[in-house]
Amino acid sequence: MADTSSAPLLDRSRTIAPPGYNRWLVPPAALAIHLAIGQAYAFSVFNKPLGSLLSGDPANPAPGDWTPTQIGFTFSIAIVLLGLSAALFGKWLERVGPRKAMLAASLCFGGGFLIASLGVSLHNIWLVYFGYGFVGGIGLGIGYISPVSTLIKWFPDRKGVATGMAIMGFGGGAMIGSPLAVALMNQFKGSAPQGVAPAFIAMGIIYLLFMQFGVWTIRVPADDWKPAGYVPSEEHNALITTGNVSADNAIKTPQFWLLWVVLLCNVTAGIGVLETASPLIQETFSDAAMGAGRGVTAAAAAGFVGLLSLFNLLGRFFWSSASDKIGRKLIYLIYFGLGVVLYALIPTLGHNLQLTLYVVVACVIISMYGGGFATAPAYLSDLFGKYQVGAIHGRLLTAWSTAGVLGPLIVHLLHDSAKQKGLTGAAAYQNVFYTMAGLLVVGFLADLAVTAVNEKYQEKGPVTIEAGGH
Amino acid sequence: MNPHQPSAAPAAIEEARGGSAVLAWLYVGIPLAWGVSQTFIKALALFK
Repeated sequence: MADTSSAPLLDRSRTIAPPGYNRWLVPPAALAIHLAIGQAYAFSVFNKPLGSLLSGDPANPAPGDWTPTQIGFTFSIAIVLLGLSAALFGKWLERVGPRKAMLAASLCFGGGFLIASLGVSLHNIWLVYFGYGFVGGIGLGIGYISPVSTLIKWFPDRKGVATGMAIMGFGGGAMIGSPLAVALMNQFKGSAPQGVAPAFIAMGIIYLLFMQFGVWTIRVPADDWKPAGYVPSEEHNALITTGNVSADNAIKTPQFWLLWVVLLCNVTAGIGVLETASPLIQETFSDAAMGAGRGVTAAAAAGFVGLLSLFNLLGRFFWSSASDKIGRKLIYLIYFGLGVVLYALIPTLGHNLQLTLYVVVACVIISMYGGGFATAPAYLSDLFGKYQVGAIHGRLLTAWSTAGVLGPLIVHLLHDSAKQKGLTGAAAYQNVFYTMAGLLVVGFLADLAVTAVNEKYQEKGPVTIEAGGH
Repeated sequence: MNPHQPSAAPAAIEEARGGSAVLAWLYVGIPLAWGVSQTFIKALALFK
């Protein structure tokens, strides 16, 4: 092995694992990043406090207090920047390695909170947009893709398990971020309006430090490393390539765009449920429908949202791990095939006031939404090889950004239209679910059309990781 | 020379690496378990 001790600390060569390195140290490093950036899913916990900085009373905002739409835009910017930065910095990540990328992600994500804190103190929404949305969003994008290709290289025998574990962290991040934010805001309530600005500072520092564990423990395997006793499967799966396709060539293939549509449909449909979960269950199972005092309360609806988050997390690991056994294409056919049935069933269960079954079906739907995210990197690795899979994954995530805008838009348009027609309860949402079921049919067909990538797109001759970014 | 000596060092290294992995998993597992428990407690309201 070449002497790399004189190379800069962040240099990729300094992260190459020594012989005998325990690969099970790598998923916690990845999780340290994803658990932190997954906080983004819990941004809504700041909605009410941010909307009452001047009045001090969430129920009675003062003139000049930020509106829910203004505040919600922060999250939208962050998600759009997530997709854009993942697409833009993917090749850079492959070149410099995961350590430098994770450090950049931690600085952007933690720094974004600090800038946003200044915006809150000065009551300047543009600074909040710039801090949490723009700078933090870049941290989200780089952080999200930074451990993916490394995990695939460490776990060629269990790609789905490995990426499922990391991406599960993104789902779990909200579960930590939400109670943490509430606890910090309560702690600082006496010293600043709603305690938001100091809570942002504390969260910026906490996440910056927490992510350093990932930065400094991540290791990449040597180019010739294989798991002990690992023999690449001789079983013929036409979709699993032995070649390598660069990120620039991948986007020229129909397979990339089919997967883009697959992710777009899966995420758009899932966001349809997540976006409306709280009002959905309260309106469908209201006192008017269930009888006085028997309807779903706001607290119970919050419990429903929490349960969905839990299944979003579990689905990421469960379905992605299952894809190692039954194949990526088939698992997406299950997401979409079963999804169509379940989405179409939701309005009926609502009409019939079958609450328990309704909750169970929604949880399964959301588990497959999470599974769709977690299985994507392994699917890309199967189709395009591991050469620049991180960069290809980054480009695929633009589908997420698109869905982040499209999903809520579809839901609000259809729901508002139903309300204008005088529909209430489950009926007000039925077109939302039928439309999402239609989207899943499109996803099913796109996945069905995925075939092996034509060899003309593959790199000729051996590839080296260092050359990956050039 | 103790015949077991050559293999003792790799065994110790293996053990240390196993220990590191456990600590690494605890580092991420504890906050995750706390978050999951908080969510689960909140979710119980749905079944009351």
